[in-house]
Amino acid sequence: MTPQEIHDNLRAKFGDAVVESKLDAQQPWIRIAADKTNAICTFLRDEPAFQFDFMSCLSGVDYNDGNLGIVYHLYSMTHKHKAVIRVNCPKDNARIQSVHDIWGTANWHEREAFDMYGIQFDGHPDLRRILCPDDYPGFPLRKDFQVPEFYNGMKVPY
Amino acid sequence: MGLHDYKFENSNIIITSLDSLLNWARLSSLFQMQFGLACCAIEMMAASASNFDIMRFGVIPRATPRQTDVMIVAGTVTLKMASRIKRLYDQMPEPRYVISMGSCSNCGGPYWEHGYHVLKGVDRVIPVDVYVPGCPPRPEALLEGIMKLQEKVRKESSVKKKV
Repeated sequence: MTPQEIHDNLRAKFGDAVVESKLDAQQPWIRIAADKTNAICTFLRDEPAFQFDFMSCLSGVDYNDGNLGIVYHLYSMTHKHKAVIRVNCPKDNARIQSVHDIWGTANWHEREAFDMYGIQFDGHPDLRRILCPDDYPGFPLRKDFQVPEFYNGMKVPY
Repeated sequence: MGLHDYKFENSNIIITSLDSLLNWARLSSLFQMQFGLACCAIEMMAASASNFDIMRFGVIPRATPRQTDVMIVAGTVTLKMASRIKRLYDQMPEPRYVISMGSCSNCGGPYWEHGYHVLKGVDRVIPVDVYVPGCPPRPEALLEGIMKLQEKVRKESSVKKKV
């Protein structure tokens, strides 16, 4: 299925929940509404024409305009087609629905996105930091992150 | 003054100083703590393998700090790991030595500027005896570091008071 068909199908089913798209990009992407993430992702996985049964990657992004985002790279083992789904959320209230029960891979990916960007995933069963120490101050991949002068008595800057 | 300078034939008697004897024993059996942190650990493993055979220097990997003499910090020391390294170092019996292997543990390496999670040099948490430069250093460089440490141990004195 081409990106255009995927987009049209989603638009027909969910209407305005498909917020924005760029289908002539090298990796055509579709941005969806944050409060419909779970519903749309379940649909993408279960609909026989889509069958996105494999989540290749889940990445966090800081767009540096007050928004954070999550990018889902999906692949269908059955139909051999791909899709890139994006979800945005404001930085001061960074909440996105968890998709760990749709694709199990998302569990650790979401923990990493939480660790680096501080995005809260609603419904995640175990949202702890995965790479940084538990008491690390702040979220290091946010654009406004300042490296702490000291961490547990150890000087951090060079 | 070497161990065999004064050897009495057919009598099993060797005359030497206590320092030379103890230092000879120490530098010939530098048991190494068996752990690696990053790509430097691969070179450390290569140094242990048959081509370079670090064991001919008496360097044997031990899996517990309580049986080791030297800690080879092979790789990037993250802030999360730094407190563990400190604890492992504290568990080693004295006399204990540290070889900092590779740019990362020497000074932060490629993470020196933007490494929010990297300790810029393991010498910020534990004292280091020998720095081995390289990214990662070849096994020959690690062997050189071991020999430098042996030279250091040879000059020590366990009888004289420390300055």
